[in-house]
Amino acid sequence: MTAPLLSLSGVSTYYGAIQALKNVDLQVHEGEIVTLIGANGAGKSTLMMTVCGNPRARAGQIIYDGRDITHEPTHLIMRRQIAQAPEGRRIFGRMTVYENLLMGAETSGQTNVPALLDQVCDLFPRLRERLTQRGGTLSGGEQQMLAIGRALMARPRLLLLDEPSLGLAPLVVRQIFGAIRTLNKETGLTVLLVEQNAYQALRLAHRGYVLVNGAITMAGTGVELLARPEIRAAYLEGGHYT
Amino acid sequence: MIYGLIAVGYTMVYGIIGMINFAHGDIFMVGAFLSLIALLALAGLGITSIPIALALTLLFAAGLAALYGWTVERVAYRPLRGSFRLAPLISAIGMSIVLQNFVQVSQGARVKPMTALIPGGWELMNQDGFTVQLSWMQIAIVATTLIVLTIFTWLVTKTPLGRTMRACEQDLKMAGLLGIDTDRTISLTFVIGAALAAVAGLLFLLYYGVIDFFIGFLAGVKAFTAAVLGGIGSLPGAVLGGLLIGLIEVFWSAYFSVEYKDVAAFAILILVLIFRPTGILGRAEVEKV
Ligand SMILES: Nc1ncnc2c1ncn2[C@@H]1O[C@H](COP(=O)(O)OP(=O)(O)OP(=O)(O)O)[C@@H](O)[C@H]1O
Ligand SMILES: [Mg+2]
Repeated sequence: MTAPLLSLSGVSTYYGAIQALKNVDLQVHEGEIVTLIGANGAGKSTLMMTVCGNPRARAGQIIYDGRDITHEPTHLIMRRQIAQAPEGRRIFGRMTVYENLLMGAETSGQTNVPALLDQVCDLFPRLRERLTQRGGTLSGGEQQMLAIGRALMARPRLLLLDEPSLGLAPLVVRQIFGAIRTLNKETGLTVLLVEQNAYQALRLAHRGYVLVNGAITMAGTGVELLARPEIRAAYLEGGHYT
Repeated sequence: MIYGLIAVGYTMVYGIIGMINFAHGDIFMVGAFLSLIALLALAGLGITSIPIALALTLLFAAGLAALYGWTVERVAYRPLRGSFRLAPLISAIGMSIVLQNFVQVSQGARVKPMTALIPGGWELMNQDGFTVQLSWMQIAIVATTLIVLTIFTWLVTKTPLGRTMRACEQDLKMAGLLGIDTDRTISLTFVIGAALAAVAGLLFLLYYGVIDFFIGFLAGVKAFTAAVLGGIGSLPGAVLGGLLIGLIEVFWSAYFSVEYKDVAAFAILILVLIFRPTGILGRAEVEKV
């Protein structure tokens, strides 16, 4: 097998004295969708942010595309065709939808902004109707589409998605998951996905990791993990079978 | 008018790092002194064309003041970013004292006078021996302020650099995730704010003709009042606040007494902070210091 696109080995991250990630090993190969599941506070978002160097890993190594990025400044990491749609969307509320999307493209040096904009708007037609609206006045679902759209404007090789389905109606969730699958199939986009909705995420992903209290406790293909009784008990209880 | 130019600097820095840059008024004062030095030097060199001399002075003062602004951020604020909230505030006051004393020692404590550069004016009305006259100087000041603020507004609202600055102001962490060099953007904010303050310093020097090392404090407080009045963190608010403070001072001097005109600004600051801390165009979520 070729070297993974993203590889974490022995990564530990701290907030002050509190250790949020413990010796994490994780690989994402080019063209894969990998999902990370775990309870609230397990450290999923911390892992996504550590890949981006904010907070920085205190121990271990992060290799991306054959290069050690463990100590690189955040803005340089993000110019290596890595994009994140972070937890809580974090769109710029006092900028228009159009400006938000531009922010995704500009700093990654994209030259063909109109074509990219067109692609993103094809994916999320609602955004096209609202290009001049202020980001802060969008509905929650539209904001989530904007957050993902903004990340896609950077034309990433690796897309980090932190809970894209949070607070969205099931129909919109299906749309977004469908979009991820399409992008992965058609453009070979590599995705690392954090989800509370473990059932859907594991069905979508090629492989998954389970994070408990900052440490990886299980890894396997989506099908394998879905079949594990302890996963069913811990993450799939309560009507997620639809 | 002049206050608007200084107020923009307060508001920009506050917006981006949530801190009142107490040394900002002193950058304005340094700008005024740099202008004086440049004007005297240019006169010494025999450059007599006033427009050329003023343009060179503007570039010189704005450039050097920008360097001061950059240094202040590097030395006094960046090392403290991420520490407790009061630390940069104390550091800012320290920086303000350093700048004042530096100018006091290097330029002397006496008031520096300068002859009026642009004499004459435009008669609006001449009736029964009363003349109402708008001096060329006043017109030049208003025009310069308007031009500078227009360029600045265009920069912030329309250019990629402006978008980057607004992104950092709204969500510094997300800006970093989009590949924006946030440290550089913060530096640039200080640089632009300082350059605007230096323009204000030059205009102040031209208008009042006298400067000393302490003008930064008073002008700083008034510009800060303007920023708070307009709604701190809001750029149009800073401009509006600057205009209002200027008008209020004029009317106060006309109806009460000129000696107490400084009281007006302080009174407004206190009233605004008590009754409408978010200012006229301010946003409710802005956190108070
Ligand atoms: N800025 C911070 N300062 C201190 N502790 C933090 C900070 N951010 C996160 N933590 C702690 O680190 C741990 C992991 O948090 P993280 O946000 O990574 O969890 P998560 O798996 O994403 O949870 P959720 O499913 O609720 O989003 C938690 O215990 C949290 O309290
Ligand atoms: Mg999280």
